Amino acid sequence: MSKKPVQPQEVPTTGHSWDGIEEFDNPMPRWWLWTFYICIVWAIGYSIAYPAWPLVSSATSGLLGWSTRGDVAADIAAVERANGPINARLEAADMATLNSDPELHGYAVSAGSAVFKTWCAQCHGSGAAGAVGYPNLLDDDWLWGGTIEDIQTTVAHGIRNEEDDDARYSQMPAFGRDELLEDGEIHAVANYVISLSGDPQDASVVAAGQVLFEDNCASCHGEQAQGDLFQGAPNLADAIWLYGGSYTDVVDTINNARFGVMPSWSSRLSEAEIRSVTAYVHQLGGGE
Amino acid sequence: MSDSNPTPSLYAAREPIFPRRVSGKFRNLKWFIMAVTLGIYYLTPFLRWDRGPNLPDQAVLIDLANRRFYFFWIEIWPHEFYFVAGLLIMAGLGLFLFTSALGRVWCGYTCPQTVWTDLYILVERWIEGDRNARLRLHRQKKLDLRKVRLRITKWAAWLLIGLATGGAWVFYFADAPTLAVDLVTGQAHAIAYSTIAVLTFTTFLFGGFAREQICIYACPWPRIQAAMMDEDTLTVGYRPWRGEPRGKHSKSADADQRGDCIDCMACVNVCPVGIDIRDGQQMECITCALCIDACDDIMAKIGKPRGLIDYMALSDETREMAGEKPKPVWSHILRPRTVLYTALWAMVGFALVYALFIRPEVDLTVAPVRNPTYVTLSDGSIRNTYDVRLRNKHGEPRPFELSVSGDPAYRIALENEDDTVVEVPADAAYLQRVYVIAPRGTQPALGEASDVRIWVEDQDSGERAHKDSTFNGRGQ
Repeated sequence: MSKKPVQPQEVPTTGHSWDGIEEFDNPMPRWWLWTFYICIVWAIGYSIAYPAWPLVSSATSGLLGWSTRGDVAADIAAVERANGPINARLEAADMATLNSDPELHGYAVSAGSAVFKTWCAQCHGSGAAGAVGYPNLLDDDWLWGGTIEDIQTTVAHGIRNEEDDDARYSQMPAFGRDELLEDGEIHAVANYVISLSGDPQDASVVAAGQVLFEDNCASCHGEQAQGDLFQGAPNLADAIWLYGGSYTDVVDTINNARFGVMPSWSSRLSEAEIRSVTAYVHQLGGGE
Repeated sequence: MSDSNPTPSLYAAREPIFPRRVSGKFRNLKWFIMAVTLGIYYLTPFLRWDRGPNLPDQAVLIDLANRRFYFFWIEIWPHEFYFVAGLLIMAGLGLFLFTSALGRVWCGYTCPQTVWTDLYILVERWIEGDRNARLRLHRQKKLDLRKVRLRITKWAAWLLIGLATGGAWVFYFADAPTLAVDLVTGQAHAIAYSTIAVLTFTTFLFGGFAREQICIYACPWPRIQAAMMDEDTLTVGYRPWRGEPRGKHSKSADADQRGDCIDCMACVNVCPVGIDIRDGQQMECITCALCIDACDDIMAKIGKPRGLIDYMALSDETREMAGEKPKPVWSHILRPRTVLYTALWAMVGFALVYALFIRPEVDLTVAPVRNPTYVTLSDGSIRNTYDVRLRNKHGEPRPFELSVSGDPAYRIALENEDDTVVEVPADAAYLQRVYVIAPRGTQPALGEASDVRIWVEDQDSGERAHKDSTFNGRGQ
């Protein structure tokens, strides 16, 4: 607004001029320069103290011996130390009444979720929905029992494995391969079994299949085909099929039998981890 | 580069500034604003506000540990962070409005950097004396006992102010009276001490030594606000057509041909950023208006009208030079730009107030569990799972009943609950897994995807809320 130039003339310009606007060449503040020098000194000290300079296949390790892996190890150790008391509580707890202690139950479910995603999700799926041959843990159908104690036993010792003498064990005969039943008989049993789930089949074949079922299968699967938790014999009258409920699948099962194996976890997981993954599975929607 | 001049130094030391004491209406306004803003800052954490037995009774509290923000009768939860975003937008628009109407009033009067620097200069003046005494002390090379004593006293006073500044900050994040005792007895958390230490140091450094350099080199706002100012913006300026040619009003022959400016340098001596306002608009000027007070004082002494340096709009310059009267102040302030900023500001404000009053006390969010999309139960029914987050904003626990609508076939069940009622703790969000089951053969069980609505009802007050989601069937 003034007629005078806006800056005393002793400040030189850079000589650049755009539309008559010139650029002053003011000096920078000296403390900026000092800040810059301090940064350089800091950088040198830092690169000596910490990993910094790249070498052919690694980098200088730094005098302080710091590493991200060391940080992670320290973090894990700290978390395990912090969880020590509550893990001890979990190991001493009565599993049947675990959910009456919200703090302990909440801890067990959170910890169990992590254990499940690390060790169990490979077969049972990250959402615990299972797959063909790998049971769905969300539904209300249990092969070996769905109480929290049953689940704990299954997790700790596994199913039909060689490594644990306490593993749950049973074996279905291969009725076709071992020639215990003729093809026609297997056809009739398959029709009968499928009809139990509410899928109508040829009545005369079903009647024949029922007689064969009562003679050959009912000792394990029960008179009403409702299964037997003590032998891991599946309920054949419900809507859930572990190995598929189509005619082909059922005939295949009767012919060759099934032998689902689950590892024993007591040798790989701590008692607290087994109990927490048990609590997690129990509260997924099917726990009894 | 200029060929005729010797190459200038690339780096220059800061020119120390020793602002002289000044009195007048703008100085009084600044004292008043300083008292109000510092008073608000230091005292707010100690205001109490009763919210019942389960909630803190601090009027303004940022409770990071429990993720709550309390402001008197308002309580903000993390999912309501848009209130904070809205307030920031309002602050931005307000700044635009004031800048386009009155220039850098934020910088000159209310910016913490300005307020604390003003306070530090005041303390400096009390201890070392006014401008001339401070200049003498600065130029005195010999480090005698008096200089050491004055410097140490001043720095100690600055450090105490910095300590109080950092100390007040942490009180906003915890119960202030409790934390005050903990801080003194050494029981407060290390984060409280380190926060106080950092803020004490930055206050000491910025208010005592960096001062105007923060505004000139560090702050982006002076550069941005040029976009908000135009020729109608009222800002601090000098009337050269009245003041020039400047010079002493001595008994020299051409005294009556001189302008009103007697070149007394009062305006320069009081300037906290060390500029000469008579050189025109400058980036460094924070429009603190102290030069107006200084010049008015001189004009009164030499019997001239006030306002040689004054708030004025650039558009009045040509009018005044032509001998016309400047436009009235309201016609500068009332213009489309400021009206628009005001309207936008008010719109955001009304929207926030409206949103505040329609906030429900009972709320829920529904996250469908889609791994897997559905589960077949042994009786052939189809089950979908939903993670329902229930929010109880009341100060006491409430029983919430959950129900489902959308298809008569739906049944509802809660994980780990025998019925459909769950007790939600006071002022808390509670995660409840909810199962919706469609029996075998019903439409939702057979269909691909059906609508489902999950309701929550506070059994004590009857308040209801609902959220919609999708039910996945077998898709047959």
